[in-house]
Amino acid sequence: MNRRPGAAGGGRAGGLVLRHAAAVAVTAFALFPILFVVSAALNPLGTLSSATLLPGGADLGNAADLLTTTPFLTWYANSVLIAGLTAAASVAVSAVSAYAFSRFRFAGRRIGLVALLVIQAFPQFLAIVPLYVIFSVISDNWPAFGLNSVWGVTLLYVGGQVGVNTWLIKGFFDTIPKELDDAMLIDGCTPGQAFRRVVLPLSAPVLAISALLVFIATINEFLVASVFLTGDDSRTLAVGLFSLLADQRNANFGMFAVGTLLTAVPTVAVFQFLQRYIVHGLTAGAVKG
Amino acid sequence: MSTRQTRTGEGRGLPRRGDTGAPRQEGTAPRTSPEGSPGGPPARDRRPRAVPDRPRALAVPPGGWPGGAGAVAARFLALGLIVAVALWAVAPLASAGNWTGTAIVAAVTAAGLYVYLTPRRMPAKYLLPTTLLVLAFQVFPVVHTMSLALTNIGDGHLGSKQEAITAIETSSVRREPGSAEYRLTVAERDGGLAFLLAAGGRAYAGTAEGLRPLEGATLGPGGRITAADGYTVLTSAQASARSAEITELAVPVEGGAIRSQGLSRAYQGRAELTYDAGCDCVTGSGSGSGPEKAWRADEEQGRFVAADGTALPQGWKVDVGLANLAAALTDPRINAHFLGVFGWNLVYATAVVALTAALGIAVALALHHPRMRAVRAYRTLIVLPYAMPAFAMLLVWRDMFNTDFGLVNRVFGLDVDWLGEPFTARLSVLLVQLWLGFPYMFLIATGALQTIPAEYLEAAQVDGATAWQRFRKVTLPLLMLALSPLMVSSFAFNFNNFNGVFLVTAGGPFPADNPTVGATDLLITYTFRLAFGQQGAQYGLASAMSVYVYLIVAVISIVSFRRTRVFQEVDR
Repeated sequence: MNRRPGAAGGGRAGGLVLRHAAAVAVTAFALFPILFVVSAALNPLGTLSSATLLPGGADLGNAADLLTTTPFLTWYANSVLIAGLTAAASVAVSAVSAYAFSRFRFAGRRIGLVALLVIQAFPQFLAIVPLYVIFSVISDNWPAFGLNSVWGVTLLYVGGQVGVNTWLIKGFFDTIPKELDDAMLIDGCTPGQAFRRVVLPLSAPVLAISALLVFIATINEFLVASVFLTGDDSRTLAVGLFSLLADQRNANFGMFAVGTLLTAVPTVAVFQFLQRYIVHGLTAGAVKG
Repeated sequence: MSTRQTRTGEGRGLPRRGDTGAPRQEGTAPRTSPEGSPGGPPARDRRPRAVPDRPRALAVPPGGWPGGAGAVAARFLALGLIVAVALWAVAPLASAGNWTGTAIVAAVTAAGLYVYLTPRRMPAKYLLPTTLLVLAFQVFPVVHTMSLALTNIGDGHLGSKQEAITAIETSSVRREPGSAEYRLTVAERDGGLAFLLAAGGRAYAGTAEGLRPLEGATLGPGGRITAADGYTVLTSAQASARSAEITELAVPVEGGAIRSQGLSRAYQGRAELTYDAGCDCVTGSGSGSGPEKAWRADEEQGRFVAADGTALPQGWKVDVGLANLAAALTDPRINAHFLGVFGWNLVYATAVVALTAALGIAVALALHHPRMRAVRAYRTLIVLPYAMPAFAMLLVWRDMFNTDFGLVNRVFGLDVDWLGEPFTARLSVLLVQLWLGFPYMFLIATGALQTIPAEYLEAAQVDGATAWQRFRKVTLPLLMLALSPLMVSSFAFNFNNFNGVFLVTAGGPFPADNPTVGATDLLITYTFRLAFGQQGAQYGLASAMSVYVYLIVAVISIVSFRRTRVFQEVDR
């Protein structure tokens, strides 16, 4: 499908070797700290000062400690629920508005787009006080969405993510030839049908990437979660793991490392699941000439 | 989705909701539309336009409108859903007499009904959810922060003047001989603590708001209340777990307050400080034995100040106008190092964006080749840093840079005090952020590379462009088109990357003579220490500083957007 013209004339094999060398070097850079965390997680002593790059020994004592002495599984379920819901909801909402920004021309379009970008430059964590005000009001009236509720925090995260996602998805929609929707419109479809049957399926890569980015941002989010989710039942992984290290940094490092690795599992799983949508050249052949 | 339409048999010929006024007009309009005429010029430059009353049934197959029964059903579903949510949302507001909230819900509902029930084609149908979310969770916090910047809100200045008076009076309560005693039962209602008090066969319920008679209470053998309607009595284990809260709770009553003594008794004490509305001051003997003193309300500072200049710790929130904004510029404690911090902040954000983008694009390009093997494996491994929880990995990196037992020194056989010297500390935070950030750029660049039509590159090759020219003139501009808004967002994020600096160096290393500003401090970590540091929380001042930070970032964002092609893209 997307056949890129070959590398510079001559030295094709050499080019490939260079590509592999670069990829290996970058992969090593990427993996080096992770290897340290893995070995710390397996380290039988479980302390920070005894952790090395390559595991000196291996047992699952840290993992057992983590599961028995902390409500780790509750944190885990909360994080996966919040991150999954936020990813799905924010991508859905953003894709719909990105379609309007990409395909319609209307009064306020330009201002709306610029405003979306400018407004999100605000340092989110210094808005904690106003956000707390909002959530106090919500707690008083609709406790299901208030403080210590995963639903309320999900809504807040979706609100924080739609701006950048709208931009990301709109950029991709702009690269899908308008002739495709025009053809649908001529055939008697509404813009809504053109959106669902042409633009959305062709945008699978960007929707997958957006969902992945939101999932990662949400599961890593610490400050908002630490303020709004303080109950034992509503803590997320970030808040729970941080409290683990805050208590006893050296002694709990092994448990912390296990928790860090387990936190990464859903993200890697989501990435693997979505990777098949990140396919090559979806639009390359759609409109010729 | 209200735009959902099906062309079922039953639906044919049914007028849509809202169309009853002029069904003919819509039905005939397509025939005169140039776009709908068969064999007309290709509709290359015609885009769906959001012009009201543009015939939506454009090019309808003869014999039916697309807005059939399905569309009507969808609209009724939307109507039901919106009304149901609105009713659910408005019930607690109306019962609490919150008419502002009720009005907001009503306005949002009306907007929703109008947008989703009208048969017109409107961009608002697509934009309403985003608009509401952004208004509630981004615009409102920004505006509210700006309004807080005009007040002195912070520790000791959190509530209203009346709340401050209540706090002063209840906290000065001392027990006196012969004061009233109660049998106490600690209970809970809606998560808040309540004292269920029994004395002389009468029952009361007391909270931080006040005391009121209690109906439907069951008295136990010891004269204590054992159950009451609407309250959950705490077990002794639950009560001891919340003993700090219980000790704190003072139920305000006339001339004093009721406080607990242990978990089963309470007494009514007399307030040693009382508010006198006549002189607008608090009078009393302060800490018990001192002479009678008067603290006058100072409406400008929002606290009670005595003649000798001392003030009571509990104050209230007052408007201070532009004082916070001015203090941020004129207070020598704050502005002395502002330029230095600002300069490093710019370098940090720029370097992080440039480094992550360069490495991300380079790796994406290296892997983007038809004969490249194991791309999937590389991609999975390279993206792992992004999958790791960032806050945890920041702490891990900090420990890896440790001089004595840090992994970096051990592996490379070095003895460098990475986080202790300004230059290496700056290098370290950049390296950490490069590690955390480049997989994101790599992902985006990979996605963007896949959207570049192969024809462009083939055409360039046919025209005799070298590989470098193809990259420079075709691939890179198209990549930047997709990446530049994200790079600007990344810049804005890293400009305020609190965790990225605070968790690694906490702003340090600090020069020996000045502990307030460190070599890696960003404006936001610097502000954080100033505002939330040893002096206690000063949200007003912090808000003023964040307004400045925001203005700086917003201006930089707008300027960078003008330099990139984003605004041209907006206008496209």
